[in-house]
Amino acid sequence: MKTIKMLILILFFSVLAYGTVDLPYRGDPDNLMNRETSITGTPVAGNYYIRKAYEDAGTINMVTVVLADYRGVDTLGEQVVIYSAGLITVLILRRNRRR
Amino acid sequence: MRTQYDSLIVLLGARFLSPYIMMFGLYVIFHGHHSPGGGFQGGTLLAASVLLVRVAGGRLVARRQIKEFITTPLAAVGVVIYFATGMTALVAGGSFLDYGHLPFPGINPVLLRYYGILSIEIGVGLAVMSILIMIFDNMAKGEDFV
Repeated sequence: MKTIKMLILILFFSVLAYGTVDLPYRGDPDNLMNRETSITGTPVAGNYYIRKAYEDAGTINMVTVVLADYRGVDTLGEQVVIYSAGLITVLILRRNRRR
Repeated sequence: MRTQYDSLIVLLGARFLSPYIMMFGLYVIFHGHHSPGGGFQGGTLLAASVLLVRVAGGRLVARRQIKEFITTPLAAVGVVIYFATGMTALVAGGSFLDYGHLPFPGINPVLLRYYGILSIEIGVGLAVMSILIMIFDNMAKGEDFV
């Protein structure tokens, strides 16, 4: 039984390793998913980010530019979600003290 | 969590590790423009360095480091830093969170966006750090009353 498990694991690992051989280089605007228009003909936002992120914000890390500049309102919402989660722990857990 | 840990090795190990983790957290926040990182990750590392001392050292040591009542205002300050950056850009003539319109004369819009991103990352890091400490404090406090 143990050898079968090991064989299945090795098989799965080799399938995954074979899959990584063909992965495209990340951040390349010529990739299929980063071209200006997608397969269905709609415009792709990622192409603009890759080409213009450094010119727009002077920042090398394009993930930071997307997170904080292009999608800044979304990050503000995330922060408010974390803040409200913290406040909820105050409301729920501090009530125990007064009982 | 509330009393000091008995073993001296745990206490000294926490004391040794905590400043380095804190330094690395600050590095992750401020170097997020050039390498993977940012406010959320750096704030979590800062909280980890504080919580390590809290778990090992107990309540009396924790009070000397960051007091319990100050975490809630710090979290609000973090959110307000983010919001104020966006509102300043809005008042100065741009749209909300459009850092290119921040009112600092003599700096070109590209560099203004750079510093705008840095300012909101600091706000996010501060908020995440103090909220994680706040959650830990409240849960450790509730431990005694179950």
